Amino acid sequence: MTPPSSSARHAPAIWGDFVFALLAWGAAGLTLLLLAGILITLLIGAWPAIDKYGLGFLARSVWDPGQEDFGALAMMYGTLATSFIALLIAVPVSFGIALFLTELSPTWLKRPLGTTIELLAAVPSIVYGMWGLLVFGPILATYVQQPLQNLFGDTPGLSALVSGPPVGIGILSAGIILAIMVIPFISAVMRDVFEITPAMLKESAYGLGSTTWEVVWKVVLPYTKAGVIGGIMLGLGRALGETMAVTFVIGNMSQLDTPSLFAAANSITSVLANEFAESGGGLHEAALLYLGLVLFFITFVVLACSRYLLYKLGQREGSGS
Amino acid sequence: MVASMTVSAQSVTGAGASFPAPLYAKWAADFNKATGIQINYQSIGSGAGIKQIEAKTVDFGASDMPLSDQDLQAKGLVQFPTVMGGVIPVVNIQGIKPGELKLDGQVLGDIYLGKIKRWNDAAIKALNPTLALPDAAIAPVSRSDGSGTTFLFTNYLSKVNAQWKNQVGEGTAVKWPTGVGGKGNEGVAAYVGRLTNSIGYVEYAYVKQNKLTYAVMRNAAGNFVTPGAESFKAAAAGAEWSKSFYQVLTNQSGADAWPITGATFILMHKTQDKPAQAANTLKFFDWAYREGDKTAEGLDYVTMPDSVTALIRKSWEQIKDGSGKAIE
Repeated sequence: MTPPSSSARHAPAIWGDFVFALLAWGAAGLTLLLLAGILITLLIGAWPAIDKYGLGFLARSVWDPGQEDFGALAMMYGTLATSFIALLIAVPVSFGIALFLTELSPTWLKRPLGTTIELLAAVPSIVYGMWGLLVFGPILATYVQQPLQNLFGDTPGLSALVSGPPVGIGILSAGIILAIMVIPFISAVMRDVFEITPAMLKESAYGLGSTTWEVVWKVVLPYTKAGVIGGIMLGLGRALGETMAVTFVIGNMSQLDTPSLFAAANSITSVLANEFAESGGGLHEAALLYLGLVLFFITFVVLACSRYLLYKLGQREGSGS
Repeated sequence: MVASMTVSAQSVTGAGASFPAPLYAKWAADFNKATGIQINYQSIGSGAGIKQIEAKTVDFGASDMPLSDQDLQAKGLVQFPTVMGGVIPVVNIQGIKPGELKLDGQVLGDIYLGKIKRWNDAAIKALNPTLALPDAAIAPVSRSDGSGTTFLFTNYLSKVNAQWKNQVGEGTAVKWPTGVGGKGNEGVAAYVGRLTNSIGYVEYAYVKQNKLTYAVMRNAAGNFVTPGAESFKAAAAGAEWSKSFYQVLTNQSGADAWPITGATFILMHKTQDKPAQAANTLKFFDWAYREGDKTAEGLDYVTMPDSVTALIRKSWEQIKDGSGKAIE
């Protein structure tokens, strides 16, 4: 190596760095620009509805395209209730899957089982929707809903809890289908973070006579809690925004009349999927875009809450508990 | 280069209603074989079709819901019907075969209002004294997406059921008092086909394809009629097309008229920025009215009578290019 040739090699490297930095900045900036652009477009499109209803839109439960009268409460309930049911089922199941794969599974089973669960994540959502409508809905109706309705048929308080058309389509089925859809996401993240727990920590605990449960609950989980919460939030984000599968099984009725989980409802995304093409401009379209903005806001709040939770957890650790 | 330019000038784009989409696609393929002119039709829904033609992003729009004459005037559009179809109530009740259940507008409206809750209700029994109706809850199924089918169905119920008119009204999407919603004709057909004791409403073609149990309806003349090309044509006969193409064919007075019948419509601008495209569009529909009847009947659509197509051709004289010269 002679000095001149090495300096000739260095000169383009400086340029390269500069161009690379520029591109990286540009990519990061583009994300922000896109986000701002989407927000502004939604705001402009939704303005007639924002102007008419203001924030009261969120508290109105009526949705009547024929009379041009709109409110978001019924759909917000649908979105949040289905996502809540989904997490209620998906989090414990995913935890079990991840625990089994990292601590209990024989080595020969780990890989095929892990791949199978990852494959579940690759199934298109419309397939889950069709399966829910054609297979799962009738099963739920025949073996759960109709027996419950016959059992509670005349009891005043209880009959309201199981009311609804006896078709197995509604909030509960949507929640269960969503749970099946988010389980692969949550369990894959949980498994990956469980695996990075240093073997020394786990083996020390086992050496002190801990059971598998104690190791997972007291060593692995505290060590990986940021990743676990991140995985749950990923699942929640998917559940909140899922459209096609929910549209198939939620029943598509904008109502808030009954607390029954068997009642048909609407989520924000299912209303958008159903009504946008035929909304024909005007207040209806503006109200739909306002709904989109509301979903944007709900997702943002969920994300902010998870950040805050992580921050609080980190702080407690810092104070030395 | 020259070749590619002629191709682009020859191709016409339209968008809108999903109900006639299978027919327009078949017509376009046959027309292309006959003339070499390409017609692209996008099935995006009636509302979106109206929006697209207003924005001039397409050469013609299509809608199942006719625009009123004032609307047309204000937007500078012309409108003409292409084919007709019917909306049919379908049921899934154990032991009941197609055409056995008899309904009228009042009862149908009350079922969808949630006032009639069970199949063995006295009002349904009064229409069907000989049928064995089960003591089971009715599950009404409606269209969850906005659609021309829903417009015809709710327009009919508004004409024959006073409480429906006050409480729900008509439109491509309404606030349903009860039941569940399925997406598209195929969604409703899937629900009704699978769920015992349900009732729904779909376009005629879906009844045939899915072998659904249709109900017969009592029309305005008081007769019970079976859905099909004959009863749809009978409904169209009563319309005064010569006055206006704004015709909703529900609850027509003809003795054999199917009560929930409607036409589907094409929308074009009166003043054309692209006269070549407009000429090809008109050529396409002129060809379709002359040569397309068999195709339409094969797909279970009902064609317009010759007297009406003559009126339609006459109405095309309103379509002019920028200098005010008639197209063609």
